[in-house]
Amino acid sequence: MTAATVTQSAQPKERATLGEFFLRAPAVGPALALVVAVAVFSIATDTFLNLDNLSLVVQQSLVVGTLALGQTLIILTSGIDLSNAAAMVLGTLLMAKLLVGGVTGIFALLLGIIATALLSTVTGALVTRIKLPPFIVTLGMLTMLTATAKLVAGGQGVQIDDGLLTWLGTRRYLFGGIPVTYGMTLALLMFLGMWYALTKTAWGKHVYAVGNAPESARLSGIKVNRTVLSVYVVAGVIFGIAAWQALGRVPNADPNAYQLGNLDSITAVVLGGTSLFGGRGSVLGTMLGALVVAVLRSGLTQLGVDALYQDVATGALVIAAVVVDRLARRQR
Amino acid sequence: MRQRGLTARATAVAVAVLVTAGACTVQRHWGGGSSAGSGSKAKVGLVTKTDTNPYFVELRNSASAAAKAQGADFSALAGQFDGDNDGQVRAIENLMQQGATTILITPSSSTGVLDAIKRARESGVLVLALDTATEPADAVDATFATDNFEAGRQQGAYVKAALAGTAPKFFMVDGTAGSTVDTQRHGGFLKGMGLTDASPEIKGKTPANGDQSLAQQGTENLLQRTTDINSMYTMNEPMGRGAAAALQARGLTGQVVVGSIDGGCEGVQNVKSGELAATVMQFPKKMAEQGVTAAVEYAKSGKKPQGFVDTGSVVITDKPVPGLKSQNSAWGLQNCWGGQ
Repeated sequence: MTAATVTQSAQPKERATLGEFFLRAPAVGPALALVVAVAVFSIATDTFLNLDNLSLVVQQSLVVGTLALGQTLIILTSGIDLSNAAAMVLGTLLMAKLLVGGVTGIFALLLGIIATALLSTVTGALVTRIKLPPFIVTLGMLTMLTATAKLVAGGQGVQIDDGLLTWLGTRRYLFGGIPVTYGMTLALLMFLGMWYALTKTAWGKHVYAVGNAPESARLSGIKVNRTVLSVYVVAGVIFGIAAWQALGRVPNADPNAYQLGNLDSITAVVLGGTSLFGGRGSVLGTMLGALVVAVLRSGLTQLGVDALYQDVATGALVIAAVVVDRLARRQR
Repeated sequence: MRQRGLTARATAVAVAVLVTAGACTVQRHWGGGSSAGSGSKAKVGLVTKTDTNPYFVELRNSASAAAKAQGADFSALAGQFDGDNDGQVRAIENLMQQGATTILITPSSSTGVLDAIKRARESGVLVLALDTATEPADAVDATFATDNFEAGRQQGAYVKAALAGTAPKFFMVDGTAGSTVDTQRHGGFLKGMGLTDASPEIKGKTPANGDQSLAQQGTENLLQRTTDINSMYTMNEPMGRGAAAALQARGLTGQVVVGSIDGGCEGVQNVKSGELAATVMQFPKKMAEQGVTAAVEYAKSGKKPQGFVDTGSVVITDKPVPGLKSQNSAWGLQNCWGGQ
């Protein structure tokens, strides 16, 4: 309850300038970018605006979007995770290796998720107990996990053909004419769950509070360390689910895959309007941010724009998002 | 204050519009809608491992030129890094979305994108592997590639002959551990030398991921162990250059027979200047041209090519050895990667 008062009083209800608007609803920027991008591509190409393609774009954003969901939680506590994609890749390899080794799909999946959760818990413990900067801990983790994934794989990808493990990508149904995969459904449920947890529960308010001002959060009775640690645990579970999503997309666990996944997830979070300094942002913004990247990639590809120019565009957009964040903050 | 907020929003919108509409168009000449097998226009999509490696740039440019010459539409996409299966799957999906009749792909890993290839083939797209075979090989309609085992065997046979009876003592600089191409070339080299992985003639091995600086580092480290070697296997030319630099620093240039594979113009130049004793040239231009020709034929008649089509490999050296066919570096410079 105390935490609720803290966050509420941090935002005085005065006249709302546009800047205030952006501050209160950081998802407005990415929503706008998304609408503009979809509109532009729909006009510029005759292949972009159809239900199959829109469904594809969402499917293409799922892995990074799920990684970014966990990343959002960590960044909200003013941390950062450079090792999330590496943990995910290791997760896919564990699941695939267990499966090939004769373990049933459901256990392979659960053990994989438990593994990524444990790894993230270790990171969280190092951050909260020994007070190491998250950047450094996860940098070390990144190196270790990448190498471990290669060791586990023995230099070779693991091909799988299991109903449950590839289910998220292969099973689909029609919803109002739109092809929807189970992976899309799961992502939506995760988003709703996380939105509820962050905005409607005491835990969520604590997460924002410790990211905003850890000292005042501590003074108002929040167990800061425990909250931050819980964030890493939850994020670890999400990275395990991202591994499941990845196997749904590509049913082949490859130690060389998703080398840029960590940075892509940070890109989605930043485009989503979440502040890298913690305490401000939303999972809605992150989902939109991930979609903006996928829409840009798909649309620019269909326009025939070289992938390197696409990277230039994405990078420019990230900087623009931070500029908007800064300008909005200056209003206060 | 209000002004500022507006500026911020205007900036965001302007940037979004600029980046979406303003970027330039590269490598795409796509026409109107058509379908395969009905005497219609071929729409050829190429998916390479990355679009920054010169080898894949050559492959892309050759395919683009061949498509233009044969009146086919062409579009090239790529993964972001070697191993980017997700990026290649995305590329396949986008090409299907655009109505490609044929997809030419150099798979990032031999098994990573089989699922997407299967979906493409099921929807009537002809899928041809270039450069790298899939596992199983019949996951695609046909493969146009170098026989990498044979290329490795030729490198081994050259090195063995160049030693002229001296007992071999050598290092092996490998590519990405476990990758198909790496395994084939490595095995082929040993076959050409008449040895196996357990042979004591191998004085050290290092994986270098195809990277020049890693190869240099790895060779330097191996040379710390022993400098008593007379030959080297390198899996490609950038790694050959790295190994040569390490040898030079030790004053061993000229005493060690360094073999390599690729046939890029820079690699041939290294043969000419003596850093590499020999390289085995492969022909990406042929792969691209034959792939595009098959795509055009498929669009015209619905006829699909089948199986493994070897695009050949040739030893390039200025010190030919008896019993092994080779070409000199002058020929190599004229024909690097299939001709200028």
